[in-house]
Amino acid sequence: MSNLYEVLPAETEEGVPVRKVTIRVNGENRSAVVEHRLLLAHLLRQGFQLTGTHTGCDTTNCGACTVLFDGKPVKSCTMFAVQADGHDVMTVEGLAGPSQLHAIQEGFKEEHGLQCGFCTPGMMMTTKALLDENPNPTEDEIRWALSGNLCRCTGYQNIVKAVMWAAAKLQDQ
Amino acid sequence: MIKLRFASPEMLVDINELPGLDYHRLGDDGSIHIAALCRHADLERSSLLASHQPTMAAAAPLVADPIVRIRGTLVGSLCHADPQGDWASVMASLDGSVVAQGPKGQRTISVKDFVRGPFQNALAVDEIVVEAVVPAPQGIASGGYLKLERRVGDFATAGVAVSIDREGSKVTRAGIALTGVGGSTISADEAAQLLVGVELSAEVIGEVSELAAQAAQPRTDHRGSASFKRQVVRVFTSRILTRLLVSEEEAA
Repeated sequence: MSNLYEVLPAETEEGVPVRKVTIRVNGENRSAVVEHRLLLAHLLRQGFQLTGTHTGCDTTNCGACTVLFDGKPVKSCTMFAVQADGHDVMTVEGLAGPSQLHAIQEGFKEEHGLQCGFCTPGMMMTTKALLDENPNPTEDEIRWALSGNLCRCTGYQNIVKAVMWAAAKLQDQ
Repeated sequence: MIKLRFASPEMLVDINELPGLDYHRLGDDGSIHIAALCRHADLERSSLLASHQPTMAAAAPLVADPIVRIRGTLVGSLCHADPQGDWASVMASLDGSVVAQGPKGQRTISVKDFVRGPFQNALAVDEIVVEAVVPAPQGIASGGYLKLERRVGDFATAGVAVSIDREGSKVTRAGIALTGVGGSTISADEAAQLLVGVELSAEVIGEVSELAAQAAQPRTDHRGSASFKRQVVRVFTSRILTRLLVSEEEAA
């Protein structure tokens, strides 16, 4: 199936202005021609077929669309794709290695840190940013860092445990 | 604003790539300058605010949520002029101002005049705010910010910003402003005025808190009844001022 956004012409038939963007996504340069109004989350999901980034509330509340933008977590439903031009984006698909899960993914599996799983990509990307900056966080620091990501299933307890599991594993490595 | 269909601009200008606008610094005269691209997270971690500006230092960790604070800015929050915005109250309590720049040059607008109403500011169509300014304190700056929210990132049920400057025990300047209890940010000037020229005491704090509660114009909604929100304003004003009084007594 052809890529919806990569085959768009420079201007659509209706005369809607478009622009070419090049974004480093999970370590690889990806280009697309996008309408100015297109949100980064939608480019990732529909344009680049990286559907691990979820769009939950669409109002910057829930954090399911969290990706790392130049290494820092952002809610990708509140950025335009054109704003990411020339920047580095990491999605949940960028976490795992070629043959094994990332320690954060293992932690969520081992500690039952998800139930329906909808919030999980955002939770894991925020966790990645937290552990990059603070490899050995306290429970309070984890709860603080994840307070912009909402989960309606777990009650957060096992998510916190998952992050602690991942932190311990990463420190062992 | 665009997603909620409150606005449908023909053109948006992204200022994120403009260089030199990410600073916050102390001016020679003791004023504090926060540039347009200084993020909430920068302010949350700021040693300058921690040592010089207690009201701002108290508010910074309460804005939105940690992820939003990475991209969001104080100046953006002021321009957005949401009655639920934390920074407009904080800056109003500090008698802060913004510097607007357009083709004809710069002009300074006090925050109290800048915020015109819900989502309305005093900028001309060809201007942007380049920095916000907190004037130098008249003595030692003290204060606090308290916000009640149902969960992190929710709109405030009610919030109160208190900033007072003191020389010795005597209050030389005072500002109180309220978040989320009216159609726009509310400056409780009458309440603040009661503090100027006197020392903090339980009696004064009681009167000031009552006037602050009267200045609120809350509406009953799913976050609480109007009388509940008014009571929160009363309690928060009293709590902030009482903490200042207690720390003053402990220091003495």
